[in-house]
Amino acid sequence: MSKPLIKLKYRDKEFEVPAGMTARDAIKKVGLQPETILAVVEGKLVTDDTILQVGMQVKLIAVISGGAR
Amino acid sequence: MKCRKCGATAAINMRQHKLALCGEHYLEWLPDQCQRFIEKYQMFTRTDKLLVAVSGGKDSLGLWDILHRLGYQADGLYIGLGIEQGYSNESLRCAEAFAQAHGLKLVTVEIEATYGATVPELAEISHRGQGRPCSVCGLNKRYIMNRVAHDGDYTVLATGHNLDDEAAVLFQNTTQWLSEYLVRQSPVLPASRPGLARKVKPLCRIYEREMAAYALLRGIEYIYDECPHAIGSTTIYYKEILNKMEEDRPGAKLQFYLNFLQAKDNGLFALQAAEIELHPCNRCGQPTSAPNDCSFCRLWDKVRQVKGAQLPVTPLPPDLVQIQL
Repeated sequence: MSKPLIKLKYRDKEFEVPAGMTARDAIKKVGLQPETILAVVEGKLVTDDTILQVGMQVKLIAVISGGAR
Repeated sequence: MKCRKCGATAAINMRQHKLALCGEHYLEWLPDQCQRFIEKYQMFTRTDKLLVAVSGGKDSLGLWDILHRLGYQADGLYIGLGIEQGYSNESLRCAEAFAQAHGLKLVTVEIEATYGATVPELAEISHRGQGRPCSVCGLNKRYIMNRVAHDGDYTVLATGHNLDDEAAVLFQNTTQWLSEYLVRQSPVLPASRPGLARKVKPLCRIYEREMAAYALLRGIEYIYDECPHAIGSTTIYYKEILNKMEEDRPGAKLQFYLNFLQAKDNGLFALQAAEIELHPCNRCGQPTSAPNDCSFCRLWDKVRQVKGAQLPVTPLPPDLVQIQL
């Protein structure tokens, strides 16, 4: 039986990954660079070793800004 | 993962420092780090009057917040660039909201209202920057920041450049061996000429990720979306490469930057360090290396020729800035 999926919100996109992954692995799985992303679960900033479980509201925050300043 | 200081659940893990902290201790740790770098690089003291360049983003608002918390006298400067898609409107709103919430003074300069054109219009008319307005944007921001600092008797101009910004510029300049730029990259640019403001980068050793975490944990409302013109920029391209290195070797970005500063201190670029001859611009009086008029004045001349008499332009009025609060 396949693992239940959890949703990750990133900007105006939504991804699904299997529950039980760490935030870091989930970020990699959806094709983002872990160094450029912060994970927020239930509105709280978490470290990327946090295990993502069913029912969690997960938001990924991009940290990069750029251009000439 | 647990906070190293109190054992509570950590909010951030900084692999380059082998340090995980909870929100409360992180919000103490980061300003302490900034204070350490302000002292180490002799950026300024508590008697200085600081002007912080504020874009409405996480770095500049985070810097302003940190300086305020550390007890420095720091006003903000917001430059309205007229960037499309609501970017400039939203960035001004964030800057104003922060200033109001903390009772701080924000100086605003709207480029279109003051000089007669938005940055995207300037780029189109001048044909500078290969289809991107980033070059004219940088030129205008540097000029106005220096001008406002000078006119407002600010002794120091602080910008929110973080470690990722510094490492990306360093990487770009190194891959092209642009020694004249490498020699000038530093946490502090002294006010070496009359009319030039002392420029400092208190976040130069703070990762971009750390500044985003700081803004989130402090509840600072910042403009999250990227400047529409920065998407696909070379700075972001180099940041991505460096972040790939960082993923495999935590601390790679920091070591790259710190080893560069060390090499510079050891005289690696001593031959390039000859002083550039500067003199006052014939038109506006700001220091320039150009023979007659500075590049800012020449740029705006081109715009006046194209937009003609319809421009509400006056030559650098003394009431250049509109003080708010």
